Formats: sequence, C-alpha cells, structure tokens
Amino acid sequence: MNQRPMTARQLGLCACHTCGLLSKWERGHVDLTCPRCRSHLHLRKPDSIARTWAFLIASYLLFLPANLLPIMHTNSLFGAQSDTIMSGIVYLWVSGSWHLALVVFIASILVPSAKLLALTFLAVSVQKRSQWDPIQRTNMYRIVELVGRWSMLDIFVVSVLVALVQLQSLATIRAGHGAVAFGAVVVLTMFAAMEFDPRLIWDPQDDAS
Amino acid sequence: MGLSTLIACHECDLLQRRVPLAKAGVARCRRCDAVLYRGSSSEDLDRALAYTLGGLILFLIANAYPIVALEIQANRQAASLYDTVHALWIDGREDVSLLVAFTTLVTPSLEISLLLYLLIPLRFGRTPSETVAVLRFLQRVKPWSMMEVFLLGILVSLVKLEHLAHVEPGIALWAFGALIPILIAAAGAFNPEDIWTKIDQVA
Ligand SMILES: [Zn+2]
Repeated sequence: MNQRPMTARQLGLCACHTCGLLSKWERGHVDLTCPRCRSHLHLRKPDSIARTWAFLIASYLLFLPANLLPIMHTNSLFGAQSDTIMSGIVYLWVSGSWHLALVVFIASILVPSAKLLALTFLAVSVQKRSQWDPIQRTNMYRIVELVGRWSMLDIFVVSVLVALVQLQSLATIRAGHGAVAFGAVVVLTMFAAMEFDPRLIWDPQDDAS
Repeated sequence: MGLSTLIACHECDLLQRRVPLAKAGVARCRRCDAVLYRGSSSEDLDRALAYTLGGLILFLIANAYPIVALEIQANRQAASLYDTVHALWIDGREDVSLLVAFTTLVTPSLEISLLLYLLIPLRFGRTPSETVAVLRFLQRVKPWSMMEVFLLGILVSLVKLEHLAHVEPGIALWAFGALIPILIAAAGAFNPEDIWTKIDQVA
C-alpha cells in the first residue's frame, strides 16, 4: 500500500449513499445501481451545486416576507394585534421571559440567517474550487445540518396557540401569511443543505495532491 | 479483492480500512472526523426493540390526550396534537397545517412503525422482505421528524399564554417529554450497518 491517503473517487470507486457499499465506478455508465440495496449510484450527489443554489435562491426570496409579514393575528377583548417573528420575540423579552426570547431569537432569526449565509459561502467556495481549510468548511456544513430543523420552532408555537386560543368572544388567534413564508424558508433551506455534497469541499485538494 | 474490507468516508470520500470495533466503539474518519460506523453488540437489537416499543406507547399517549388546557373566565379549551393540525386547517392555513402534520404526526408514526416492522422479525432471526426499501426510506425521512422541536414549541407557547390565562399541562405533555429521550435511545441502539451486513451474508 502507498503512503498517500486515497479517496474512493481516485481509485475509481463509488460509495452507495444509502448503504455505504463500495462499487467500481464506470464512467459513462448512467444507470449504475448498488448491488446490495439497488439505490442509484452517483460519484457525487447529482447536480449538487445547481440544486443547492436553486433552493438557496428560493429561500432568499421568501426570507423577507417570512420576517416582515405577521405570523399570527390575535383578537381579544383588549383589541386586535398582529405579530411578526421579531415582535413575538420582543413581547417575550419585555414580559420578563428573556431566556425564552433568546431561545426563539436563536431558532427563528439567528439560525435561518446564519444557515443561508453559511450555505452560500460553501456553495461559492466549492464552485471556485477553493482549497481553504476543508475541515472548517466540513464542520460548518455539519452545524448547518444539525441546527436547521430547530427553526421550525415558531411554526409549532403558532400552531399550538391557534389550537388553544379559540374562545369565541374572548380571544382568538389565527395564523398569518408570514407563517407560510417562514415554514417555506425552513423547508427550502433544509432541502438546500441536503442537496449539498460535502465531499465536493475535499475534491479540489485531492485533485491537486 | 475485498471491497467490503474498505469504507469510504461519506463526508470527505477518504478510503479507509474497516477494523472490528468493541461494543461501544465508534470508528471516525482519520481526515475529517466524521462517524464512519459503530461497534455492535448482540444486545443492540433487544435494546432498540425495547426502546421503540416504549416509544410507540408514549407516542400513542401523546396523541390520545390533550397536551395542554387553557382557562379564561370559566371558558376551558384543551388541545391535543391533532387539534393543532385541525385548527390550522379550518383556519384556512392548509399549507402550514400539512407541514405540522407531516413533521409531528406522519413522519414520527412512520418512523416508529417501520422500525418495528424491521426489528420484530430480526429479533426472531428473520429478515423482513422489504428490509432494503424500508431502510432506504427511513434514512430519507429521518430529518423531517421533529418531535423535539415541537416539544420546545409547546413550552414556548405555554409561557406566552401564562400571562393571559391559567394553563394546565396535560398528560400528553409528559408523554412528549418522555418520548424524546426514548426516541434518541432507540436511534442510538438501532444500527443499520448490522442489517446491511446481515443482508450481505444472505446474498
Ligand atoms: Zn472523512
């Protein structure tokens, strides 16, 4: 065995993305399937960067409406009120639950924006075949994948409030358009992260060595 | 040449030799530190099955009872998990309703029942006929099961309502609280790698 570490791709091998089994990769063969689990084999996720961009752009387009449109409308004896994500956080903060305000801020504002920026940075760096610190970028991708789902928090808060506060004359809460946009942003960024292939981060460095 | 003695890291593609691991051992990628595979023990299957059965019972309780009840001036409103989906639907927010149903009802119940479909026959030494398709499906559907996020969502809404009304946690809330660690333990004990190896031996 030689000393230099080799990747599966350099040895003409391809790992099944479902069961991990290695198979011989034949260039030009489009319909290769894994002999063990019959999944389609791809050297890298197909069109990874193009698909990541498509989901990212869609998320950017919905990001402003998600944050500016009200996610819920409250009608009570004290009057009507509409809340955006941010005003809901401010409400928690001023009513003394600063720790929950912080949790919701992290889940609803910080995580989605950081996730969009991180995925954009990763997509650009891979497209430019950058060789900058692959370990840092792989870690960045792992964090994005790990925390993305927590952004659904506010959607669940709204749905519980809508179900509970239906007291006809006293108070009602309804979901606003912002909730639709926000839910869409969470789902789209999750798809963007799923389409991104972290192995692309390492390919330029492996080709150079 | 034995391709099955090698493994490629799913995050950086580095080829590495498989080595046998101790019971609780974890093999990590030499280059990027990704988890490659875990050591398995004969009790894994029993533990996974026990946790999943526990998860099933808690999941049923979590769905059958109200999560929380609200009282304002003798008006009482209780909501179960299904009520939250239903309320959004009749409110005209079908899209949000479907998203909540998919992430808190459909995906978790599919996950639990498909795990049982695999684990019960495997426990008795048989490999279920749809194993490959089920494993593939479970892997794909996993990120969309969001029970733990939903639990946090319930807690946040309780705090929001505390100022307006008297809130009373329901049985389902406690079931939810217990369900999360049990599902994590079940996922920890369930080792798809073992099942793939088993399929290899059959073929
Ligand atoms: Zn690796």
